[in-house]
Amino acid sequence: MGAQFSRRTFLKSTSALMGASLVLGFDGQELRADANAASAFTPFVRIDADGRVTAIIKHFECGQGTATGLATLIAEELNLPLESVDVEFAPADAAQYGNSLFGGVQGTGGSTAMANSYMQYRTAGAAARDMLLEAAAEAWQVSASELMLSNGEIRSGDKSEPMHRFVVAAAARAVPEQPVLKDPSEFAVIGNPNTNRRDNAPKITGTATYAMDVHLDNQIVAVVLRSPLFGGKLVTFDDSAATEVSGYIRSAAIPTGAGVIVYGKNTWAALTARDALTAEWDFSEADTRSSAQIKNDLLTVVNSDAEFDARGSAAETETALEGAAQIIEKDFFFPYLAHATMEPLTCTIAPTDTGVMLYDGCQMPSGAQAALAAVLQIPPQNVEVKTVYAGGTFGRRSTQTADYHVEAALAFALNGGQQPVKLVWSREDDIKGGYYRPAFAHKVRVGLDDNGRIVGWDHRIAGKPIFKGGPWDAVMVSNGTDNSSVEGVRDTIYALPNQYVGLTDDKSPITVNWWRSVGHSHTAFVMETMMDLAASAAGQDPVDYRLTYLTGGADDQGRMVGVLRLVADKSGWTQPVAEGHSRGVALHKSFGTYVAEVVEISGNANDGITVEKVTCAVDCGVPVNPDVITAQMEGGIGYGIGHVMRNEITFSDGRVDQENFPDYEPLRISDIRVIETHIVPSTAAPSGVGEPSTPPSGPALANAIAVKGPRVTHLPLGSNGVNFV
Amino acid sequence: MSTQLNINGETRSVDVPDGTPLLWILRDELQLTGTKFGCGVASCGACTVHVDGQPVRSCQTYLEDVEDSEITTIEGVNSDTARAVFQAWNELNVVQCGYCQSGQVMSAIGLLSENPKPTVEDIETYMWGNACRCATYQRIRAAVQRASAILEG
Repeated sequence: MGAQFSRRTFLKSTSALMGASLVLGFDGQELRADANAASAFTPFVRIDADGRVTAIIKHFECGQGTATGLATLIAEELNLPLESVDVEFAPADAAQYGNSLFGGVQGTGGSTAMANSYMQYRTAGAAARDMLLEAAAEAWQVSASELMLSNGEIRSGDKSEPMHRFVVAAAARAVPEQPVLKDPSEFAVIGNPNTNRRDNAPKITGTATYAMDVHLDNQIVAVVLRSPLFGGKLVTFDDSAATEVSGYIRSAAIPTGAGVIVYGKNTWAALTARDALTAEWDFSEADTRSSAQIKNDLLTVVNSDAEFDARGSAAETETALEGAAQIIEKDFFFPYLAHATMEPLTCTIAPTDTGVMLYDGCQMPSGAQAALAAVLQIPPQNVEVKTVYAGGTFGRRSTQTADYHVEAALAFALNGGQQPVKLVWSREDDIKGGYYRPAFAHKVRVGLDDNGRIVGWDHRIAGKPIFKGGPWDAVMVSNGTDNSSVEGVRDTIYALPNQYVGLTDDKSPITVNWWRSVGHSHTAFVMETMMDLAASAAGQDPVDYRLTYLTGGADDQGRMVGVLRLVADKSGWTQPVAEGHSRGVALHKSFGTYVAEVVEISGNANDGITVEKVTCAVDCGVPVNPDVITAQMEGGIGYGIGHVMRNEITFSDGRVDQENFPDYEPLRISDIRVIETHIVPSTAAPSGVGEPSTPPSGPALANAIAVKGPRVTHLPLGSNGVNFV
Repeated sequence: MSTQLNINGETRSVDVPDGTPLLWILRDELQLTGTKFGCGVASCGACTVHVDGQPVRSCQTYLEDVEDSEITTIEGVNSDTARAVFQAWNELNVVQCGYCQSGQVMSAIGLLSENPKPTVEDIETYMWGNACRCATYQRIRAAVQRASAILEG
């Protein structure tokens, strides 16, 4: 995100996107000041009078380990063991808790949490440490430089006292602006592979509170009946059968025609009543196509002139291709994909003295605040946000229309605004509800000379843009090209001569969103398939061939070479593969992080393939929590491979065919036998780990299959001739 | 009309119609929210509880099915097996988003209760129906084995 982008424009454009607005007439009053200022050392650290240290976590925790990661930074600078630092989620307050990589908007995404917090939280921890030492120095009449703080004790020579004795005096001191940070050679918590996540205990014992678990006095539950076709509008509904359902309250049409809100005394009543509702829809502006048509339309588009030139010149690349000894040509298709977070979407809105409180596993507090404020016609600062644990996101809990927050606000307002309303999505709502990874087609022609060297690369892409027309348009779209449609191709880490990238937008009303690794979720598959095909045509080893396009000497390419060499070594790439097995390799850089993976399989496409092992090497800068990084590599690989194996959202006459997990089958425990992760030691600034292992996983699997079996470029593999055990 | 249910060793009175899934009785009526709603069709296992000691999917178990049963939720487990599973899950940092994990834990306790030394195949077969969208499976597999070792002493 560029610096020219401001929180003000984000809020303005987010508000403009909101569907309907209703005036509730709340009084506009300022939020009350933070309580307990005596122990709030900085916005990021609180130390209670008894010495309990709490890290205030400005990012939400969706499983990616950020709560543990940010607590680690505080613990490090305070010389405390990680388990001595509690975690608490920050309120909505972009001035204090904005994401510097989102132009100050408060939110989580793009694997930015650690990247934008690393220095901020270390500085906060170091400031708190210095304030405690200065307070002790004053009390003891010595110089602060003679004092040390570790394990909660302040020491000077033989003298030692628990730090909590100085908390009140320390908190009253000025916060040092540039405290001295620990030298990385002294790190004891950062980089420690033997730490436990701070959210283990509540999540293991079932006591962690997720938004789905919020239960307020007098609360009712709302579910929404939405159009079965994207672009459909409600004409009328009939709830006479629903009135027979025990616990049904009533229903209300959403003024924009987006659907019907169904209220129940509890979740089961609301869901059952909705099933009994009948509705009539206007489909005149809906997408009524079936999947075969959608796929055909996209593949037709990539075989013609592009709408936008994203890189290079088609004519110059064509000239280069004319001189090629051979041309490798492939088209690719990627289906729509649902995020299918384990916890279906939900949030609760309750009235407060000054406005409302949103209880949410809140990925983008600034966006949710703006959405609720716009619908309820109250100032954003009167929308408080209580962030609780999120049962996964993969991108879904933040959309540029704040879709489920708007629904919740409408449900709250249409019920009179005096009673807590909990919005609940069912799994069927989630699978059918849009905001998908957009379907994409690619068409690539790569020209090779007599020596197998690439002389030209013509790359056409078609799919629906994610950012265009939304609040991030100004930074993510240039000259018509939405960066999310071409990232990973036009900025490929390979040094490719004569690359042309052309893009055509799909204009379907099917809603789309960022999905774990965003554009990289399809672009890496294409790049890594084409590099494998080129290596094969050149008669060279896939690892060696890739290395010849990573010789720029730039630090960037050097780091990629590092992970590629490491994964080749650890996977035994140069050793003979076991009888009946084959291996495939892929690499990709995304979100500032370098990942290479080798997938080893057994079996064949007819009788069934088993994923025997995935070896992964990652360079994400300073490895703050090695075990969290390893877990994210494992999770991202599972997410990538699971979808590439068998997931797709398909349509029949505009209706989504899938309903629930039985036909959007998640990765299961037996699908991948082993994942082995290796982390490159680094002193570079830390980058994200939540997404970067997903992009190379699919193409590494497809490359392994292609060694002895079919080369499949239309996904999912399972619907295109590849069976799995 | 209220119905008496035996949940976590206590008698709890609920006033819901027949046909109400145990899942929603636990979550909405009794605020035992450790049992999670994931799919509603018994295909993810997030709602796993024990009925008379056997893991079942509470989203497909109804009020009338459990009137005479002993129901145990994640909030009520306290056996040696449960403690071993908790310890193993913590040691191996199994959780990510965590939303499926109480169901995973309830299934793992069920597995180890009937098969204290499961093979990898046993684990994969028994735990297959517990989905984890964060793909923590490798750690689940290892943690069940670790819990088995803890129990062996």
